[in-house]
Amino acid sequence: MFCSLLSVFTTLAIIIILLSESWGFFQKVSLWEFLTDTQWTPLFTNKHFGILPLLCGTLLTTFIAISVAVPCGLISAIFLSEYASQRLRNVVKPILEILAAVPTVVYGYFALLFVTPLLKQMIPSISGFNALSAGFVMGIMIIPLVSSLSEDAMHAVPHGLREGGYALGAEKIQVALRIVFPAALSGIIASIILAFSRAIGETMIVAIAAGQQPRLTLNPLVPVETITAYIVQVSLGDTPHGTIEYKTIFACGTALFFMTFLLNMVSFKLKKRFQEVYI
Amino acid sequence: MSRASASIKAYDKLFQAAGWFTTMVGLFVLLVLFIDIFMDGYKRLSLDFLTSYPSRKPEQAGIFSAWVGTVWIMITTAMIAIPLGICSGIHLEEYARKNKLTDFIEINIANLAGVPSVIYGILGLGLFVRFMDLKRSVLAGALTLTLLILPVIIITTREALKAVPFSIREAAYALGATRWQTVRFQVLPAALGNIMTGIILALSRAIGETAPLITLGALTYIPFLPKNPISVSDQAPYVHVSAQGFLDPFTVLPIQIFNWVSRPQKGFLIDAAAGIMVLLLITLCMNGIAIYLRHKFQRRW
Repeated sequence: MFCSLLSVFTTLAIIIILLSESWGFFQKVSLWEFLTDTQWTPLFTNKHFGILPLLCGTLLTTFIAISVAVPCGLISAIFLSEYASQRLRNVVKPILEILAAVPTVVYGYFALLFVTPLLKQMIPSISGFNALSAGFVMGIMIIPLVSSLSEDAMHAVPHGLREGGYALGAEKIQVALRIVFPAALSGIIASIILAFSRAIGETMIVAIAAGQQPRLTLNPLVPVETITAYIVQVSLGDTPHGTIEYKTIFACGTALFFMTFLLNMVSFKLKKRFQEVYI
Repeated sequence: MSRASASIKAYDKLFQAAGWFTTMVGLFVLLVLFIDIFMDGYKRLSLDFLTSYPSRKPEQAGIFSAWVGTVWIMITTAMIAIPLGICSGIHLEEYARKNKLTDFIEINIANLAGVPSVIYGILGLGLFVRFMDLKRSVLAGALTLTLLILPVIIITTREALKAVPFSIREAAYALGATRWQTVRFQVLPAALGNIMTGIILALSRAIGETAPLITLGALTYIPFLPKNPISVSDQAPYVHVSAQGFLDPFTVLPIQIFNWVSRPQKGFLIDAAAGIMVLLLITLCMNGIAIYLRHKFQRRW
């Protein structure tokens, strides 16, 4: 019983620590300024505390990652669930899982020292740190998450529905896209939302490859800074306990926590729903 | 055959090809990544690299304190996380009644599994480093990683227990076994393979975690090791047992790699690639063991 309640304590501890330290932050900086100021310069003498640039960097890398991971993940999920033989599935799935098991610091190295130079040959104006290569590599990392969760959802669709389709003379692709895909939709959307949450919270890839310059831009070719990368940047420096710079990481952490918390809850509810429909 | 159905057949083939292609993209990138890192790092990989401390000169730098730190952290984490995770899984699956509270705990665990790891670092900073005053020690790092992987261990334990058919339990009850005897001697041994698989995967994830330990304030330059828990000397009582090592500062492999990657000198990037090779070898071995165990214990009831 105690062990099970430990998880509740953990959540409580996260919320208490985030809120209590952010409380100190928001006594010096108004919530309005935090949410609307367009500059983030807490480490300079002319301090501005607007989270928008960090949020913008986070969303930019997230959208790049999602636009890689969701199409690739969904197509490969449909392929593995409807087309591939059992043998191929048994070989490919563990290898795809390795893609998710590679430590993120390794992906950071790969993005910075392999993908960025490669992109530089195609787009000479790209800078050494950029959102594009970090987002792309992050997308590759998230493919297994989307593909395996979506495949589970499609696998759970009862076989009778497929047979009904075939009986009406449908081809495999029609069965896959018009019967199985819609039937598994809530599970698939749950996996996409989870992918968003993972991309928003991803830290090391963006800290290494996306740069450390908070700026309000949608240009994927210049350095940006995400919320997570900022937390790492401050933690690496020797910021004294109790200062406003120190408290910014708790304020950023609070923002990050609530964003991912919301997405996780929605995803969890959707997943529950599709489980209830077919079991 | 009508034209419409011919074109649908063509689409079908096209989609199948696209499926092959996108599935292979992931595998291809994985291959490129391995080759790239191997080409960069194999020159630096030597026994010296494994037994040297980090240094300002890239040619002399090594990962001794980093891999020893990783071993320290992982053993400590495993000692705390495995018993807690299994106990919690058994309680939720075998003992707890289904009510509002267990529903809440379940949602809570699912949600914790999705909290970004850097948030756990902030939690560790506030709770262990500051509040409990453990400083930036091995223990603080291990406790943070414990909280990070606990949800994963609990979820896989529950799934493993759920896979054991109910008839096994009923047979045990019919023979007069108590609930604890049923769990201890029937259900748990039957589920152990899957539980082990989940635990190894969770630990292999923890080995690669960088962000929470950096947020905790783990240092990047550590030219010494945590104190050995057991040391031998020639004075009575000859064998000393000390827990001091748990309170010593530490660094781990991924942090050392991150430190090298963020330096401009080319030599350190080679060091980073060599460090990554060691890290990848450890993670891949653990994943391999997990996949092997999963196949070995895959039982159709």
